[in-house]
Amino acid sequence: MAIKDLPKEEYVLPGSAACPGCPATIALRTVLKALGKRTILVIPAWWTAVIQSWYPHTSFKVPILNIAFEAAAAAASGVSSGLKVLGEKDINVVVWAGDGGTYDIGIQALSGALERNTDFIYICYNNQIYSNTGIQRSGATPYAAWTTTTVGGKREFNKDMGAIVMAHRIPYVATACISYPEDLYKKVMKAKEIRGPKYIEILTPCPPGWRFSMDKTVEVGRLAVETGAWPLYEYENGKMSFNGFSKLILEGKVKRKPIEEWLKMQGRFRNLFKPKRDEERIRRIEEFIERMWEDFRSKV
Amino acid sequence: MRIVVDTGNHIAAKAVQMARVDVVAAYPITPQTTIVERIAEYVEKGEFHGDYICVESEHSAMSACIGASAVGARTFTATSSHGLLLMHEMLHWAALARLPIVMANVNRAIGPGWNIWSDQNDSISQRDTGWIQFYCSSNQEIFDTIIQAFKLGEHEKVQLPVMVNYDGFILSHTSLPVKIPEQEEIDEFLPKRKIKWKLDINNPITHGNIIMPNDYPKIRRAMQEAHENAHGIIKEISREWEERFGIYHGELLELYKCDDVDYVLLSMGALGAESKVAVDEMRKKGRKIGLARVRVLRPFPKKEVIELARHSDLIVIDRNISVGMEGALFTEIKASLYGEVDAKVYGYIAGLGGKDVTFKDISKMCERVMDGKYGGYMIFDVEG
Ligand SMILES: Cc1ncc(C[n+]2csc(CCOP(=O)(O)OP(=O)(O)O)c2C)c(N)n1
Ligand code: SF4
Repeated sequence: MAIKDLPKEEYVLPGSAACPGCPATIALRTVLKALGKRTILVIPAWWTAVIQSWYPHTSFKVPILNIAFEAAAAAASGVSSGLKVLGEKDINVVVWAGDGGTYDIGIQALSGALERNTDFIYICYNNQIYSNTGIQRSGATPYAAWTTTTVGGKREFNKDMGAIVMAHRIPYVATACISYPEDLYKKVMKAKEIRGPKYIEILTPCPPGWRFSMDKTVEVGRLAVETGAWPLYEYENGKMSFNGFSKLILEGKVKRKPIEEWLKMQGRFRNLFKPKRDEERIRRIEEFIERMWEDFRSKV
Repeated sequence: MRIVVDTGNHIAAKAVQMARVDVVAAYPITPQTTIVERIAEYVEKGEFHGDYICVESEHSAMSACIGASAVGARTFTATSSHGLLLMHEMLHWAALARLPIVMANVNRAIGPGWNIWSDQNDSISQRDTGWIQFYCSSNQEIFDTIIQAFKLGEHEKVQLPVMVNYDGFILSHTSLPVKIPEQEEIDEFLPKRKIKWKLDINNPITHGNIIMPNDYPKIRRAMQEAHENAHGIIKEISREWEERFGIYHGELLELYKCDDVDYVLLSMGALGAESKVAVDEMRKKGRKIGLARVRVLRPFPKKEVIELARHSDLIVIDRNISVGMEGALFTEIKASLYGEVDAKVYGYIAGLGGKDVTFKDISKMCERVMDGKYGGYMIFDVEG
């Protein structure tokens, strides 16, 4: 399918308070096109809490429950359970949360909801930072990246949230990237048809947070995939499968592009290259990614 | 109507079942645990029509209640002490979202050190969250108040969550006889929840997004008005319950022998029940003292307290302490009287962390006041 084949109906209306051309709005727009009208969104504190526009207005055409930062998955459990008891069928209950609300403060509620087999889709929009509060580190921030709380570059590697979620043995897990909207659309469509907990994580480069210019968003996203820094996969019935460029990397049909190409595009990694090249840290990043792919190969 | 002899917690579970609750989300903590265990048994036996979400924490319990209530479900949770404290953020959220969730809170002290016994510091710490707060003094009152709480919270002029508090172990684990009406009678008293707002795919609203300083005071004022409305509606509901079932626990206050007295004793919860015995004993000795048991802390029965103070001086016993100040009830009563009436108010704190308070202790405290030997505000019998 092509972008022009996506449904025409819009659920994110003009008048939102996001940065012009914000990649996250594009992601949400695509996701809601796939989900359709019969959808209830649960949104914790983060970027999307801000861009809905303010009371008593809204720029979204589905009902939304805003909830505290760490509480989204639990609140969605309640929504899902309430709908079930009241006999309201075929409504997608969807959490739309940031990486902070997912990897960090909301991980307990998420784990609980997954373990309880809650019928919902949890979508983590991963911009690898707390952007709402002005670009601080999260558990998803990669090694060596600058944020306002990792001024010399983050000293730790990001967690593998996908693996944590898969360890709950839920029916469906997928990763996506803003640069491949058709892929994202297909994955949401698939999740919609499955009962039980579904988890989708979307990598979304954030120009102000990653320090690159707005017109490069799609390119930065693509390079994340092509360098292997961000894998595209699905997990169904206990099995992982890779798709798109990631499939080719996994099968050894193409070589990953050097990670430097991706790092160099982003000001947040500047201290790896200036004032002089930091061989040691670049090597550690390269090794980290290589190990990740070896691990994937052993699982598939 | 039949009589059941059971513990406060099992009676609470019975009330939840008979209120036809749609969603329960709860997490176990002593001394609340036997409520959730009993509800789980109902679910297992097919005797509970709703869904029971076994959440992984109290924070999630309240969050799940918010989600369920926001789609129109009648929703309940139960907790105690540290569980209630963990919920704190979501208590504010539920009240500001104007969701009529009902909770049983089994009053228990706060650690460290770990103390599982009765103490009201857990719920006192939640006074400012916007929840309506009841304090019960018998298992009958627990049953009746939980059913009434749904009617009150769901009332179109109220739309607020309601916390039904009662003492850990003293009531939660003590079997007492309770009159239980028939299901049809409960259904008549408490019809299905009428919804003021909900998440509806056919009428998509956004709830809880950014609100600017110009609008925010309006939602606070609306909550304050809802509490003022609740004040009158609590009275109506208490009287309706009496008419239907012949049981009456008082309204915001339960007045006991308060006519023509020099002193009125005020306290809450099981201490209120013990105070009745103390009042009887003191009256036998010719003391002119009555009891006003405070059933409702929010909305605070300001008018009623002022009325009492027009004719008598007040003695207040708190099972809680706002450290650095005094007991909560003591503070609030004095604040209510300021500029209205010039009565004397004497206070004590007693029974913290489950320390036993007998009717003799209560009489002793009151007699000190009445004999002019009040030694100043203090925590009673600390060394005893
Ligand atoms: C309990 C609590 N702690 C802190 C905050 C402040 N806060 C709001 S959003 C946010 C970060 C959000 O980060 P993320 O989930 O990654 O989403 P993003 O803003 O990057 O889109 C923080 C720290 C809060 N709202 N609640
Ligand atoms: S800061 Fe980033 S995520 Fe937030 S609105 Fe701007 S572009 Fe979008």
